[in-house]
Amino acid sequence: MDFKDLPDEELWLQMQDDLYDGLKDEVVEETKEALARGYSPTEVLAKGLVAGMDIVGVDFRDGVLFVPEVLMAANAMKAGMEILRPLLTQTGAPRIGTMVIGTVKGDIHDIGKNLVSMMMEGAGFEVINLGVNNDADKFVAAVKEHNADILGMSALLTTTMPYMKVVIQALKDEGLRDKVFVMVGGAPVSEAFAEEIEADAYGRDAATAVDIAKRYMAWKNAQRAAT
Amino acid sequence: MRVAFVLCGALAREVIDIARRHGWNVSFYGVDAQAHMRPERIAPLVERKLRELIPRCDRVVVIYGDCGTGGALDDVLRRYNVPRIAGPHCYEMYAGAVFDAMMDEEPGTFFLTDFLLQGFDGLVWKGLGLDRFPELKETYFANYRRVVYLAQRGDDGLASKARAVAERLGLPLEIRHTGYGALETRLVTLMDEIADERYRPRISHESLIINHQSSIMSHES
Repeated sequence: MDFKDLPDEELWLQMQDDLYDGLKDEVVEETKEALARGYSPTEVLAKGLVAGMDIVGVDFRDGVLFVPEVLMAANAMKAGMEILRPLLTQTGAPRIGTMVIGTVKGDIHDIGKNLVSMMMEGAGFEVINLGVNNDADKFVAAVKEHNADILGMSALLTTTMPYMKVVIQALKDEGLRDKVFVMVGGAPVSEAFAEEIEADAYGRDAATAVDIAKRYMAWKNAQRAAT
Repeated sequence: MRVAFVLCGALAREVIDIARRHGWNVSFYGVDAQAHMRPERIAPLVERKLRELIPRCDRVVVIYGDCGTGGALDDVLRRYNVPRIAGPHCYEMYAGAVFDAMMDEEPGTFFLTDFLLQGFDGLVWKGLGLDRFPELKETYFANYRRVVYLAQRGDDGLASKARAVAERLGLPLEIRHTGYGALETRLVTLMDEIADERYRPRISHESLIINHQSSIMSHES
């Protein structure tokens, strides 16, 4: 049966399955089909792409899926996002917060960081992805320019992760530390390290990072409302 | 004195050769190098070996880097009072003092060792899923700018394999003959001190509690 013949609920399931299997072309076609049926870009994002990626996240955590399968699924989600992104901008879909993200100086390993970036975008954040090998000046400038709610820093190497502390010090020096929520992540990073360098949170994986960011924004918005 | 080495499979051949050259009377217990693909599994795998070995050995030495465990391996070793050779990973151990300079010069450096070249297709290519998903090559390697082969034995066959790997990745190759580098010097220093009573391993009360909690959690999940 062609996916165009599927009822809506089954189309979402098919989209999630295809995303899980990393079938980029199918996910693109199904994204277009859902839009053609009159669903908003936000609905397509949530019911198709993010829902599919959530299952991938759970199965990765449980050891059912491994990194290559997650990357294939992420690439499929990215392809779907490329269709939705301009539409989300056009329709003025509400953003729940702004995040600046990048790997720290000396570190070019961006797979995890890109996954977090995409999942954050999927969750409704505006994400400014600075790419790899960023020094403190670049992080600070981007936080200022975009008035970021959250700064995410990533490192894969034990030799580069101490640089996160340099960035946090630079934020303090610029009087920005209390204005931005700092999240750190990457294979060698731990909860204890995050505490040691005075980051606000450690994201063990992309799903956890999104969850923490959403909870932080809910808290921040409640604080704003109360004042 | 009964001394056991718990070592990463990626260092096994080299460490056995070092031990033979220095005439150390030690037993070797390897941990599968594939564990690097899920670094969170390394500390529990090493801990399992420690619990087997400590009751029947006078000393246990762990030959591993931190290897992306985020300090979890060192936390385990502290509980059992077991020393580990210093260093974050084997590339730093082989390259020694010049490792940081190489990374400063080019952060996008992809390292190869004798071990990685011998098993490149299985451990790296297949391990990264590139046999099944060749399109992921760009995702994995887009930010790399060069390959540096840290050669231990100086084998011509491995050098030509390194050239083939660099070509497959589309990157320039640099070969540096490091020998065993700081892996050997640090191990020699540790073995000179190992008879000292402060290196006696123990299965502490804390280890028993943590292990009991972990087994309950894994049973519940």
